[in-house]
Amino acid sequence: MLKNRIIPCLDVKNGRVVKGINFVDLKDAGDPVEQAKIYSDGGADEICFLDITASNENRDTIYEVVEKTSKKCFVPLTVGGGVRSVYDINKLLNCGADKVSINTAAVENFKVVVDSSKKFGSQCIVVAIDAKKNGDKWEVFTHGGRKNSRIDALEYAKKMEDSGAGELLVTSMDRDGTQVGYDIELMSKISSKVNIPLIASGGVGNLDHLVEGIKSGKASAVLAASIFHYGKYSVKEAKQYLESKGIPVRT
Amino acid sequence: MNVTIVDYKSGNISSVINSFKEVAENKVKIEVTSDVSKIKSTDKVVLPGQGSFKSCVAALQSIKGLVDCLNEFVMNKKKPLLGICVGLQMFADVGYEESETKGLGWISGKVTKIDNQNGKYKLPHIGWNQINIVKGSKIFKDIKDKSHMYFVHSYEFVPIDKNSISATTDYSSKHVCAVEKENIFGTQFHPEKSDKTGLKIINNFINL
Repeated sequence: MLKNRIIPCLDVKNGRVVKGINFVDLKDAGDPVEQAKIYSDGGADEICFLDITASNENRDTIYEVVEKTSKKCFVPLTVGGGVRSVYDINKLLNCGADKVSINTAAVENFKVVVDSSKKFGSQCIVVAIDAKKNGDKWEVFTHGGRKNSRIDALEYAKKMEDSGAGELLVTSMDRDGTQVGYDIELMSKISSKVNIPLIASGGVGNLDHLVEGIKSGKASAVLAASIFHYGKYSVKEAKQYLESKGIPVRT
Repeated sequence: MNVTIVDYKSGNISSVINSFKEVAENKVKIEVTSDVSKIKSTDKVVLPGQGSFKSCVAALQSIKGLVDCLNEFVMNKKKPLLGICVGLQMFADVGYEESETKGLGWISGKVTKIDNQNGKYKLPHIGWNQINIVKGSKIFKDIKDKSHMYFVHSYEFVPIDKNSISATTDYSSKHVCAVEKENIFGTQFHPEKSDKTGLKIINNFINL
């Protein structure tokens, strides 16, 4: 039986983890390689890096991070943030990323999704959708949530599936950082609309939120950042809890 | 001993390289090449594969002499080869991804799209699933039945000779996820991404 996945996400800036795990025994709390290794040893099903480096001159730092991490972690590694072109995707894959998530570039030009999924296979193309509720619909935002494209998120999700995306990483901007739980309505509506797996993101504050994301949100995988980083829960505890609620997980 | 990973420009093989190097340490030489003369003289071959069946076969054929060299290595010299994902699928006679494409024909059968039961199951089949070991394959030494492996695929290999099947997995129905026929080994899942259990399989192959 296929298991639901738990994916810790690390924000990386200029090659360093921001808001990372704060364990006493950690030698270097800002080292993404060490943090990723802790997660994979702890049972994380995949690792996700989100590169939030703002300046172009430091953009290359992520490649080095990916290269080092992929030599230490033997679970799938997804990398996103600032991915603009097929060239960028190729470079990240060559450094050892298993999947690349594309956000703004896919909204601006869906051909990036078409071309990259043809070239590298759908299995490594994740389209990240940042959505915000407006009335009775959701709109897709780009540029790290700063710009409203006014595109309908549900229609966009379908279009991305048709363009060759292998998975969708859906973040509710209304919930992101609030710790009040995923936007379940958004997740379940998109998941029912497409036939590719959905990774739910944005708003996790406790383990019940993970359960809701899978059971009601129909997500195949749940992504979370702060609940793991600050040591509130370990990945292992999250899995035990999910299992106790009848959700199949890898143990 | 030399283990050669065939680099025929079919997608991303960094993870395969990293995992083999991690397991081999310095005891075994891991070579990554598309150089036919080097593949000819090596001890073991790893055939990765990402993207579509059609694009992988086309990429293999685009390197002069490579298919002949692999045929000779596997069918005449009977040396061990491990196919991963589409690398395994290409063992078949024929694949139906994009369009009908002839495979290597080492293990008779076809590669078809997984039946998702009218949308009941999502495709690709992505994530961790358990394997049912149906015969004692050499690469499954010390691997427990029902171990979790990482999968990502929408097509499945359906071999004619069921004796070649070494493991299956359950998703929408039962799918072949590992084969062994004499010196030919293949996994549909990704041992290079399957954590410690996956590395053990790689180690078993290296130690054959």
